[in-house]
Amino acid sequence: MASRDDIKFLSNPKIGNKRKKYCRFKKFGIKYIDYKDAEFLKQFLNPQGKILPRRITGNSLKYQRRVATAIKRARHLGYLPYVTDMLK
Amino acid sequence: MKQYEVTFVVDPVLSSDEVKKTVDTYVDMIKKADCEIVNIDEVGLRQLAYAINNRNTGYYYCIEYKTESGAMIQPMELAFRRDERVMRFLTVALDKYGVKFNADKRAGLIGKKKQEEEAASDEKAKA
Repeated sequence: MASRDDIKFLSNPKIGNKRKKYCRFKKFGIKYIDYKDAEFLKQFLNPQGKILPRRITGNSLKYQRRVATAIKRARHLGYLPYVTDMLK
Repeated sequence: MKQYEVTFVVDPVLSSDEVKKTVDTYVDMIKKADCEIVNIDEVGLRQLAYAINNRNTGYYYCIEYKTESGAMIQPMELAFRRDERVMRFLTVALDKYGVKFNADKRAGLIGKKKQEEEAASDEKAKA
């Protein structure tokens, strides 16, 4: 029979704690978001091609707005789709 | 000297010299309006993310230029609108970070964000 302490560590103890979200633009000092760089912008889109909210991307307000304008420009120029179903 | 960047998509059905001619018309228009062209970035044929007037590919061009007064932008956009060879166009004013980014990109720091992220993660790993 598995003794008590074996069972205690069955699940990973660190599952519960929340990872501290940070704004990657402030942290890595990225100042300009290029609307032509579709690969980078895709990180802020969900599989349907919609812009992810701040609480998920963890961006600060200032850079979330810049990401949003860059995405809309990329969509206009055909770099990014307006709506898509398959995983981007 | 404000810096602007115009990106436009040329219809892929045209022959290559036709595409060249379209680009040259706009380059001459910018030159005539005494602006200094910083860079012409020919991205070339690219797959579009969605069909634009039932085309799925397009020639992407990006012209960066400096100008004192933005007087020549309005007529140029009018020409873009009238020109049916150009499917999409977008003129953007660049702030100083945009200018710096494009200069770095040309100077070989292509993976600027990626390199920065790698550099940052290396420091984190070391620290």
